[in-house]
Amino acid sequence: MEEILKVEGLGKTFTLSKKQQKLEKTKEKKRVAVDGLTFTAYKGEVFGLLGPNGAGKTTTLRMLATLIKPDRGDAVIDGSSIVRDPQQVRSKIGFLTSELKLEQFFTPNYLYDFFSMLYGVKPEVRDERKRKMFDRFGISEFAEVKVGNLSTGMKQKVSLVISLVHDPQIIIFDEPTNGLDVITAKVVTDFLQELKKDGKSIIVSTHIFNLIEKICDRVGIIIQGKMIVCDDLKGVTGEKTLEERFFEIYEETAGEAV
Amino acid sequence: MRNNILAIIKKEFVRFFGDKRMALTTILLPGLMIYVMYSILGEGMMGRMSADEDYVYHVSVVNMPQSMETMMENMPVQIENVSEKNEGEMAKVADKETDLFLVYQEDFDGAVASYDSETSQGAAPQIEMYYNSTKPESSEGYQMMIAAFDSYESMLANKFDVNGREGTYDLASDKDETGMFFSMMLPMLLMIFLFSGCMGIAPEAIAGEKERGTIATLLVTPMKRSHLALGKIISLGVIGLLSGLSSFIGTMLSLPKMMGGESGSIGVDVYGAGDYVMLLFVILATVLIMVAALSVISAYAKSVKEASTAILPLMVIVMVIAFSSMLGDGAPTQWYWYLLPFYNSVQCMNGIFAFAALPVNIVITVVSNLVYVMILAAGLAKMFDSEKIMYL
Repeated sequence: MEEILKVEGLGKTFTLSKKQQKLEKTKEKKRVAVDGLTFTAYKGEVFGLLGPNGAGKTTTLRMLATLIKPDRGDAVIDGSSIVRDPQQVRSKIGFLTSELKLEQFFTPNYLYDFFSMLYGVKPEVRDERKRKMFDRFGISEFAEVKVGNLSTGMKQKVSLVISLVHDPQIIIFDEPTNGLDVITAKVVTDFLQELKKDGKSIIVSTHIFNLIEKICDRVGIIIQGKMIVCDDLKGVTGEKTLEERFFEIYEETAGEAV
Repeated sequence: MRNNILAIIKKEFVRFFGDKRMALTTILLPGLMIYVMYSILGEGMMGRMSADEDYVYHVSVVNMPQSMETMMENMPVQIENVSEKNEGEMAKVADKETDLFLVYQEDFDGAVASYDSETSQGAAPQIEMYYNSTKPESSEGYQMMIAAFDSYESMLANKFDVNGREGTYDLASDKDETGMFFSMMLPMLLMIFLFSGCMGIAPEAIAGEKERGTIATLLVTPMKRSHLALGKIISLGVIGLLSGLSSFIGTMLSLPKMMGGESGSIGVDVYGAGDYVMLLFVILATVLIMVAALSVISAYAKSVKEASTAILPLMVIVMVIAFSSMLGDGAPTQWYWYLLPFYNSVQCMNGIFAFAALPVNIVITVVSNLVYVMILAAGLAKMFDSEKIMYL
């Protein structure tokens, strides 16, 4: 199997502001969000990062997407280092997260063209791809409606389509179904499976067991910034369900019964 | 990848000009408002300070002497003779019913004839003229009578005249007058207009994108941060320029009206194409450095509101510098003054309006400003790359 993502000793520490210290009733000035994470994802597979809130999943994905820089370690995505060559990385990946907003004023059609330009997609390729994706997600009839006037679900779909204007081979998806209604969530899950069929490599983070079981080939469980287990789904769960296995691991690691 | 700068510029334009209300209030409205306001202000002031041309002044007179009766025959006055000085007539002036109340001493003509200012003892013959300065007609009538009395007095004892003949004695040309006036007022006004134009758009375009989370969407694309910074600064510069120019045109057209330019002594037609071209370059360089500075400040802010507050100190500095055009003896000629941002803009404008601009200083201003803009753009690019500034 060909390695598409190799993460080595990735670490990120945030400095807590006075306000945050008060809010969380803590004296510590630093908070280790990601603590020496090491894992590998292979070409054509769906890799899931599973963990509770605050485990460091989002921070890890943001580092992989080069939105923030790691303090320690490095990750190589399809041969490009996120530390030394972030611009290369950006052109190779599609990063999907609810944090990335689209300007309300513009129409999906305009934004698609605009981002295609920034990703250097040729107009002929762009138009064909746009037609296909807009049809696939039912955006076509809203193509000229300002994003601000679209429903939440439609906004999510537009956001997803626009993150993929450059048809990236590697897709990093933070909490794919968070905040989506069941219908849109299914559309997204189905689409992830389609992408996998097309041979894309996908990294998702989630705290939803169901989603992992449905789409992931391999899974890494992160607790308190550390990778506890990383294996294929069967290897992690054994005879149990993922949910049962996760709580066992959580208890062992965090030392708290749930 | 130069295309990315263009893509950003185009996007900002579509955003700005696509929003009719925003485009209207930023570009058309400032100029229009200034024009209307200054024109009304100017006309209103003129109207308040002068009586109608065919107005007839109501004057009550006690002891009208023969000499004065002759003199006043040719004046637009309606005379009512009163037997003696009384409170009632004074009250009429106070109540704005009549315009003037004139009291001559008895046998005024005789007293004047026998009085010699060099030899006579005692007080000179008296005329008491009551008027009401809050009534424009009364006030103007008073001035008219004073002038008439003065010329009558000097006619009685004429030793010499100053500028007594027909002709213009003030040799300042229209050009000089306009230059002096405009070089004091316009640099200040222009700086203020340009700054407020930029102030209205930069926080929205930088801090606004940060606040709404749309900047992150741009930052995950492989676009160079410097391209984003340049695209923002250039597009904001153009919009700021349009806004500033609108205010400027409004001012140029209405200032003469405001200053009572009916006589036509102050006008915009004294400036040639060369002056306007120099001015345009200076304005462009000024707007660019303004938006660049405002963008950097806005990038530090978390929200549009915070940005609007954060730029206030810069606004005060620019205003204070803008006032420097009102002081001093015109623009300095030494080149090094023109390395100071904002100050160089004000002094260049001052020089241009006073017909005293040195092209070399204009070039220094434009070039040094462009260098500062590049430095600020590099700073902005660095900020776009900083997770602390962009996301935390």
